[in-house]
Formats: sequence, C-alpha cells, structure tokens
Amino acid sequence: MAAVSILETKGLTKIYGGLQANTDINFSLRRNAITALIGPNGAGKSTFVGMVSGRTKPTNGSVFFEGQDISRLPAHKRIQLGMAYTFQITSIFPGLTVEDNVALAAGRKLAHDKTAHAQKTAAVLDKIGLGDRADQVASDLSYGHQRVLEIAMGLAQDPKLFILDEPTQGLAEGEVDAFVTLMRTMAKETTILLIEHNMRVVTETADHVAVLDQGRLLASGTVDEIHANAAVQAAYLGTTANA
Amino acid sequence: MVVFRSAALHSCVLLALVALFFVLPAYHVGAFSRIMVLAIYAIGYNLLFGYTGLLSLGHAMFFAAGMYGFGLSMNFGGLTVLPAFAVGVTAAGLLSVAVGFLALRTIGVAFMIVTLMFAQTFYLVILYFGEYTRGDEGFIIQQAQRSIAGIDLTTETARYFTAFILFAICFLAMARLVQSPFGKRLVAIRENEERARMLGYDVGRLKLAALVVSGLFSGVAGAAYAMLFGYVGASFAAVHYSIFPLLWVLLGGAGTTVGPLIGVIFMFYLIDVSSSFTNAYMLVAGIALVLLTLFAPQGIAGTLRKRAVSWLP
Repeated sequence: MAAVSILETKGLTKIYGGLQANTDINFSLRRNAITALIGPNGAGKSTFVGMVSGRTKPTNGSVFFEGQDISRLPAHKRIQLGMAYTFQITSIFPGLTVEDNVALAAGRKLAHDKTAHAQKTAAVLDKIGLGDRADQVASDLSYGHQRVLEIAMGLAQDPKLFILDEPTQGLAEGEVDAFVTLMRTMAKETTILLIEHNMRVVTETADHVAVLDQGRLLASGTVDEIHANAAVQAAYLGTTANA
Repeated sequence: MVVFRSAALHSCVLLALVALFFVLPAYHVGAFSRIMVLAIYAIGYNLLFGYTGLLSLGHAMFFAAGMYGFGLSMNFGGLTVLPAFAVGVTAAGLLSVAVGFLALRTIGVAFMIVTLMFAQTFYLVILYFGEYTRGDEGFIIQQAQRSIAGIDLTTETARYFTAFILFAICFLAMARLVQSPFGKRLVAIRENEERARMLGYDVGRLKLAALVVSGLFSGVAGAAYAMLFGYVGASFAAVHYSIFPLLWVLLGGAGTTVGPLIGVIFMFYLIDVSSSFTNAYMLVAGIALVLLTLFAPQGIAGTLRKRAVSWLP
C-alpha cells in the first residue's frame, strides 16, 4: 500500500465555528503522478491542503505521509520530511534577489556544502528559465515570473510531494501553456497535488482527479471517469463537462 | 567578490577607528570610546531588528543585565574584571532566553509591548533592590578595581583600545554571522515568515536564537560600559535606553553591518554639536530624526546601499 500511495488522510475533518469546511475526508494520493483536486469555490480545497501541510489544525482525523502519522507534526517538520508547498497567493521573499530566493529554498538541505548549494541554485534557475534574472530583486519581477519563482523554490527542495495551490491563477494564456509544460517535466521526478480551477490545465496535466464539494470528497478517478460521473456533473462541472 | 569587498570594508572601518585615536583631540577620543561601546549595543539590536525584523522595545534590560551582572559581582561578589565580565554577559544571555521563550509567543505590536513590559519590570526590580543597586543614583566601581592583568583600564589609551578590541570582535563576528546561512535565514524570516516556515525552517527556534545572540551582544555592551566608565545606574535600564538602539539602527541603516556604528556616531555628535549652540538640542535632534526618516527611511548606510553601493553587507 505504502508503495502506491505517498499520502493518506483518514477521517480528516475541520469545523470553523458551525461551518463544516471538511467532513470526514478519506483520501489517498498516488505516488509519481499528478493528482488534481478540484471543486467549486468554498468546497474546502484550501482547508484540505492546509491540514495536509500543517498550516491548519484539523478538528479530527489523521494524515499519513509515506506511512508515517504526521498529524501532530508542525508545518516545518512536514516540509522537512519532503513536502513542498506553493501558496495560492504568491509568497516569495520580495526584498531579496531571485537567486537568494532559490538559494534559501535549496539551503535547508545544502547550506553546509557551498559548492553543491550553488550548483543546485543555478540548476533550478536554469531549468525554470530565470537564470538571466538571478540578480533581479524578486519584487521587481512580473506577476507571472513571481509565480514561476515560487515554483522554483519548491523544486529547489527536491520534494517527494509538491503541493501547488492554484498555481495558474492570474496567469495569462501563454504563461499557462508554459506552466503546463513545466508541470509535465516536474511530474517525472515528483508527486504533484494540484489544486486548480482551470479545467484545461487539469485535463492536460492530471492523471487523477479528486472532487471536493461542500467539504466532502465527492468522487475520485481518472479524468475520463470524473467527466462521466453524474454526481460531479451535477455538483460542479455542469456545462463545462466537455471542456 | 562580495566577500572580498565586505572584508575590505570592515578592515577599513577598524583601521579608521585606530587612526582616529592618534588624530583626534582628547575629548573626542573619550567620546569615541563611548561610541564604540554603544555601537556594540546597536550591533546586537540590529541583529534582531534589522535582520530578523523583530522590533523590541525592551533591550535596555539586556544592556542593564550585563551592566549589573558585572557591577554587582565585582562590588558584592569580590570578583575581578574578567570573571565579572563573564557574569554580566551570562546574566544577559539567561535573561534573553527567559524573555525570548515568553515574548516570542507574540508578534508585531504585541511583541513590542511585551518586551517593553519585561524591561519595565526589570527596571522596577533594580529600584526595588535599591539597598544593593542604589537605585537611580547608582554606584561607582572603584578605579583601583578596574584593571586586567595589571593594565589600568581607566587611562584614556587603555579605555579606547579595550573598547576598540571589544567592538572589533563584535563587529567582525556579526558581519560573519549575518552572511552565514543562519543570518540568511533570519533575513528570510524578516522578509516573509510564513514562506520561511513553509520552506521547512524552524522559525520559532531561529527567532529565539536571534534574540539570545542579540541579548548577549547587548550584555557585552552593558558590562563593557560599567568596566570602562566605572558607573552602574538604573537609568541605563530605563525606557529611553531601549529606544536609543532603535534610533541608532534606524538612522545608521537597519540590516547593514556598518549602520549601527554610523547611527551611534551620528546621534552622538548631533546632540553634542547642537547642545553647544542651544539648550533645545533635543529639538534639533528630533528634527534631524524626522527629516532622515522622511527622506532616507533606510538610514544612512541603507540609503547608500540603495543608491550607490548595492554590495554593502
């Protein structure tokens, strides 16, 4: 079981006051694949990944990462186990250079080895296409480049699981295409959990799709299975079923 | 290249301070002894405020812990200078661990208020034990006691170079620290704490470490002040001694290695010069502060870095 799934949640529940943001979610994430988590606004997607990454404390339930119960670990310990997380609202170090941003991400594991650290930083910058902007202050980058930088910071950590919270939000069409290509190369090296609104990105990248609706896991399966699922169509896809 | 340049810059600063001893008149040599000791305090404050982004309004307690740790252990414990110095620095270190554990549970304005309250408590404790501390009036450490291995620290030369050696150690140590991975992580916390946490850094531990190092430097400054100037008094634990390092660092340039020294020199001579013209010297100081804050919000060194020398460490 552990070989197939990298992450599992059991009975994961979050209650804010009277609102059930997540109800009893039993979820299993396949290793070395892209899984998209979709659902209408307010379905509880961000709450769910918040509980997975440790930013949000669950009311009930547990999270297992590579078979280990991580429910009680603080966020930074979960990251140290091999998760990386990009925020829904771009979160970089605005006052530092692009290079320093990536170096900080790579530095948690590599800071003791200067050569390896510098090589890793340069390699990630190259891969992501920000090599020629290495000395630029991050806040001077365009919005699209800032999003790419944040993904670079994730890659620099060599994560086993990469959680991307709405990475294409606010990107222009052309930038979305570049992102789709990037996702496909990333998928060869890591497991990706993608929270995404843009159905085109989902159909073009995801191997599996999980659908959240009103805090419950409504369905999960391949893209085709989800397309064919009547409950999903009723709850979410509606007229975009043919997208 | 950057490493080489910053090493060159730091050496030049230290060489200039040595040279000043030989060219300055006696009054200014005395002033610079004081400036260097206070600059150690500012350097310590800068680590927490300038690099980590935590604004403390209570650093006077760490300065005073060093000062009283030194003074009381000499006068009541019968220690000589060096062990007393160690007691002072240890006292400041222990206090910063204790305060850090409690105050770092808060952030932003709450952190400012909590540190301010701790410092006020410390100040009142000093007054409460007036029998030993002599309260506001303070006490003197006898000239005869203030010597290391037969060297009388009360002469102008010994005082200047003791202050210089302590300053040089702290200055270079801090320059190295802020350019180390540890220093970079503190800057990451200042820039975006949540991002730093979500890169897997233990933000709580890093902040505590920054506060303790900051407290230790402040303690070194406090103990050095008592050692070189022979006076220990509660006014050094009062609130304005918590505000001073903030002003020095803001003026000189927060988050730069040379900023604290520049800030102390600037502020010292601003008050010194203006008070020779007018009684309202605090007004002059106040106006200068407002102008600098308006037109050079990153301080002197910070503005230099932005405008001309981007490699400034």
